[in-house]
Amino acid sequence: MALLPAEFAELEAFADWILPTERERYAKRLASTMDEMQAFYDAAFPLLDGANKYLERFGMDGLPDPERNLLLLMMSLVLVSFPVEVWSQPRVPDSGAAYLDLVVEPRV
Amino acid sequence: MPHFAKPAEGSWTQHYPELSTAPVDYTDSIDPAYYAAEQEAIFKRTWLHVGRVEQVPRTGSYFTKELAVADTSLIIVRGRDGEIRAFHNMCRHRGNKLVWNDFPGEEVKGTCRQFTCKYHAWRYSLAGELTYVQQEEEFFGIDKAEYGLKSVRCEVWEGFIFVNLDPAAAPLADYLGSLGKGIEGYPFGEMTEVFTYRAEINANWKLFIDAFAEFYHAPILHMKQAVKDEADKLARVGYEALHYELRQPHGMISSWGGMSPPKDPSMVKPIERVLRSGLFGPWDKPDIDGLGLDELPPGANPARHRAWGIDSFHFFPNFMLLLWAPGWYLTYDYWPTGVGSHIFEASLYFVPAKTAAERLAHELAAVTFKEYGLQDANTLEATQRMLGSRVVSEFPLCDQELLLRALHKVTADYVKEYRDGTAAR
Repeated sequence: MALLPAEFAELEAFADWILPTERERYAKRLASTMDEMQAFYDAAFPLLDGANKYLERFGMDGLPDPERNLLLLMMSLVLVSFPVEVWSQPRVPDSGAAYLDLVVEPRV
Repeated sequence: MPHFAKPAEGSWTQHYPELSTAPVDYTDSIDPAYYAAEQEAIFKRTWLHVGRVEQVPRTGSYFTKELAVADTSLIIVRGRDGEIRAFHNMCRHRGNKLVWNDFPGEEVKGTCRQFTCKYHAWRYSLAGELTYVQQEEEFFGIDKAEYGLKSVRCEVWEGFIFVNLDPAAAPLADYLGSLGKGIEGYPFGEMTEVFTYRAEINANWKLFIDAFAEFYHAPILHMKQAVKDEADKLARVGYEALHYELRQPHGMISSWGGMSPPKDPSMVKPIERVLRSGLFGPWDKPDIDGLGLDELPPGANPARHRAWGIDSFHFFPNFMLLLWAPGWYLTYDYWPTGVGSHIFEASLYFVPAKTAAERLAHELAAVTFKEYGLQDANTLEATQRMLGSRVVSEFPLCDQELLLRALHKVTADYVKEYRDGTAAR
């Protein structure tokens, strides 16, 4: 079975960004280089609007796997948008050792 | 020239005669003896927000709350009669902590039919009664009715669970007063999709409340999170609130917020334009009643301003409740663990996403919150360090820092009353 809905198959090259929890997505952001995140952003951002309209057709209950993967991938894009659009670095500047752990997260 | 009208006295601060306009002494945030007095005078005597009714949905649902500031741990549980009760988390046999897993200092949650101590299997009902003593015949005429769990005052306001360690405290609704009354009826119960963030912060608890009780910092500290032209404009114009309301010991600030949706999409980042969401939440209101500008309870958007964006309520001592114009709410809890440290918890509450696209819009709001929060949190540690130097202890607060001035004053009033009472005895 396809990882992503057919319309978004070209993003399967970035399947390592399909991660089920915010904690895993945030860890990947911090462990990635700006080049890696820029490449993901450049490939995925042009498809975000289409993905968003596509995901409007699906409820959260019983979300099929390809659509769930697309949602998780776009959640990673949301996370990566901050280093790419704002900070020019993976970490929030001047945030030092500060952290904010997401300890309760809505089910996806 | 103010952009929004101020009270006739000329400033919000002078509108409240109990406040002065003099610099504020921040020794209250670094002095261990003062912190020890706060524990007794405030945290063992006032109503403390510990959770929401949705965390204990069924009979036997429970969670534990570590209250280092009050030297205890609590169990909050829903009983067979539907009542939510709080107990000290302590077995009456020899004082073992009753409910915990693996690490005694960590909070736990779950569902059970009764509580059984890990040590000698003494059992307690959901209402706290001692129901079983292992080898009861070995004891010397023990009356089980006298060995129930030690209960703690527990009351619910608008679905928020509060506890009070003082058996003589006035009822919760009286304590929250007219500021609480004014937002009763807001559809809190519909907003059950929750994101909870947690962090240990190396700063006094009051410093983080300070940080979130004023938006004077927003155009500067968070400048880079707006697009360049918008950031420049925000910094040039500065910040003014729509309205302040002090009802001691509590207070609130009402603020404008034009980003949900923005007047011009080019004011916001590309990701926000596509997903129609951002710091102020999803731009499209959820489809429930009670969120229209004319449907809100009277205490929300008290100035009834069309540019309203957010209300930030501070319920003394350590609970903040933020209502956002696009129809979601946020809570902050600050749990002191020492004079220079606390645990910070923030929860975002949305009407559950109907579609996967709505869930994605919520994700952008939550992720944006974290980016801002990390900037705020680390700044506090820098403040705490320099306050600790005691090079300067008095600091000028401006009119937009009214709630901070009130927080430090109310804290001092509680501490003084406690110290005077102790001295008199």
